[in-house]
Amino acid sequence: MNSEPQALGIKPAALRIAPPGGWCDLSLGELWHARELVYFFVWRDIKVRYKQTAIGAAWAVFQPLLTMAVFTLFFGRLAKIPSDGLPYPLFYYCALLPWMYFAASLQNATNVIVEQQRVITKVFFPRLVLPLSAVTSPLLDFAISFLFLVLMMVYYGARPTLSLLLLPLFLALAILTALGVGLWLSALNAIYRDIRYVVPFLVQFWMFASPVAYPSSLVPGRWRWLYGLNPMAGVIEGFRWALTSHGNPPSGLLAPSSTAVLLLVASGTLYFQKMEGIIADVV
Amino acid sequence: MSDVVIRTENLGKRYRIGEREPYLALRDVLARSLRAPARLLGGRRETASSNGDSTHIWALDDVSFEIRQGEVVGIIGHNGAGKSTLLKILGRVTKPTRGFAEVRGRLGTLLEVGTGFHSELTGRENVFLSGAVLGMSKADIRRRFDEIVAFSEVSRFLDTPLKHYSSGMQMRLAFAVAAHLETDTLLIDEVLAVGDAHFQKKCLEKVGEVAQQGRTALFVSHSMAAVAALCRKGILLEDGRVKTLGPIADLMSQYLSGAEPAPDTVELTSHKHRQGTGEVWVTAISLRDRSGRPRSHFEYGDDLCFDISLECRRPSPPLHCVVEIRTLLGVPVLHLYSVDDPTWSPIVVRAKSMVRCVLEHCDLYPGTYSVSVWLGPSPSGETELVRDVLQFHMDQGTLRRRGFEMNWRHGLVHRDSSWAVIAGSELSSRAIPQLASDGRRR
Repeated sequence: MNSEPQALGIKPAALRIAPPGGWCDLSLGELWHARELVYFFVWRDIKVRYKQTAIGAAWAVFQPLLTMAVFTLFFGRLAKIPSDGLPYPLFYYCALLPWMYFAASLQNATNVIVEQQRVITKVFFPRLVLPLSAVTSPLLDFAISFLFLVLMMVYYGARPTLSLLLLPLFLALAILTALGVGLWLSALNAIYRDIRYVVPFLVQFWMFASPVAYPSSLVPGRWRWLYGLNPMAGVIEGFRWALTSHGNPPSGLLAPSSTAVLLLVASGTLYFQKMEGIIADVV
Repeated sequence: MSDVVIRTENLGKRYRIGEREPYLALRDVLARSLRAPARLLGGRRETASSNGDSTHIWALDDVSFEIRQGEVVGIIGHNGAGKSTLLKILGRVTKPTRGFAEVRGRLGTLLEVGTGFHSELTGRENVFLSGAVLGMSKADIRRRFDEIVAFSEVSRFLDTPLKHYSSGMQMRLAFAVAAHLETDTLLIDEVLAVGDAHFQKKCLEKVGEVAQQGRTALFVSHSMAAVAALCRKGILLEDGRVKTLGPIADLMSQYLSGAEPAPDTVELTSHKHRQGTGEVWVTAISLRDRSGRPRSHFEYGDDLCFDISLECRRPSPPLHCVVEIRTLLGVPVLHLYSVDDPTWSPIVVRAKSMVRCVLEHCDLYPGTYSVSVWLGPSPSGETELVRDVLQFHMDQGTLRRRGFEMNWRHGLVHRDSSWAVIAGSELSSRAIPQLASDGRRR
């Protein structure tokens, strides 16, 4: 009790518990207070994952590496898809990094509420913590596979330039995209259980709508703004450009991508908040 | 210290029948939304037409009460009375359908044992995880870590994954974490029924500490004994409504004995639950006071008469009688055996007989007691036993002069005692009570 003398000393304002209503009951203060919980959930995800797997962290590298090999062979060598002058392995690996992160985050976020239903029905915390942690824990895999990218860049003699400084911006864009979509999916899956079967298809379609297996330069100029509405298009082109400085900065894609991300996160947060009130009853 | 920390007004929560709402498949919603497109994203907001629907129940209805700081309040009610729903709303796990609640200060919820535990993680890791889920900060947990581990008594296995723990060990660790929550108010549901007797006692003591620290607690349990031991005040819920709110003793007798005032006579000719050989039946028991008036409420010091009607069904040997008196929690208090009376000789029951047992100067504590009657030719043979067929209520009566409300937290039987200072101060002029005094002081 001596840890929080202020909790007893000063009478805080009463917290009102009332029926759900309105479009926005978002309490950022509460969310900030629960930031340690995000840390704990991420920490748990990571611990459990590496305890249960035989080769642990190697998975983080294997997946993008094998996909890269397949893409290089089929899309690159056989289909001769252009790669803006980059070596195929590097071209694909740069794109697969953010893409794998994005796909894992969506998968995580979709299931997070159902997986945590025991906790959700027993104790209160800002539910936003769950999708937040779901899109945070795949960052570790991202970091590990990023280390491998460094090795590849050394091997291919790719020299990063000042454009590398913008990489965090694109990573942030990727995280926000994952969060925005993850918010929608996690709330929807809590209510409609068939969402989780939809997500693998969604991820697959989305990949073909993103410049993972091909360069966005294939998209005709007048459609680029529309293409850019897929935020992952901006993210992936941004990654390639920031890491290798090949091709042009994805400036044409960035504006529509950022707008789309903001809309996604805002609408996702609102929807999630709205569903938060009934999640414990339906999950 | 009379600040209201929890207040509810007309609190109500409606569920679909089945407690949990059934899962909804997207295809159903898509089909439905062809007719009403706006509902797709709204989840399952109810339409007005479903309001009086028989598929919905009000798990909680029009619940209003106030709880002041430092009160330990027991919530009693039968299954489905809305106890857990009430705690869930106050703990913000679920939202009310109407009305509101106001909570002041930090509030911790212990709705189950082991919230947030993960079986793959070690005991140490789970302490941190569960602590965080319950609302402790990392610094808090670290500071109290040793205490928690010591309390749980599983320190040897701290670095073993939880899945290798016995269920008792898991529960002990889980409760240890929960018990070290440092919130102003605690909501506790059923968590005490864990572990062996030794650990249960520790848990009860820990919850008792909460009260002594001036913290507020709401406590739901099926263990009446635990509620009686910990709470002074209670809320009796029935079908989602507050039935009674007040001192725990009143509530308990209402809850355990049903709502009706205890009858002074019970007719047993068609009683089903008899044990024994059945040669003689107890057909009625009636309670009277000294002057022979039927009564079921008595005051401390009253004389109680039990009139037991017997009916012979087959010839039987001469019988002894026992009137057994137990508390509503099932604790045997008095065992009145006819053999204790030197003037008694075993009764040979003719077609119909009546036996009277008189308990002089009943010194039971205030509360409700239940009566069982036994008949048998010897302590080892049982001709007839009817259990808990009649109840009576004891009131504090003249013992009000003691200046406080007596209940089973203090004792079951009152005895007068003599007191004097025999050393260390000016000696009392009164005679010092002697241990070997003859006769009983009354």
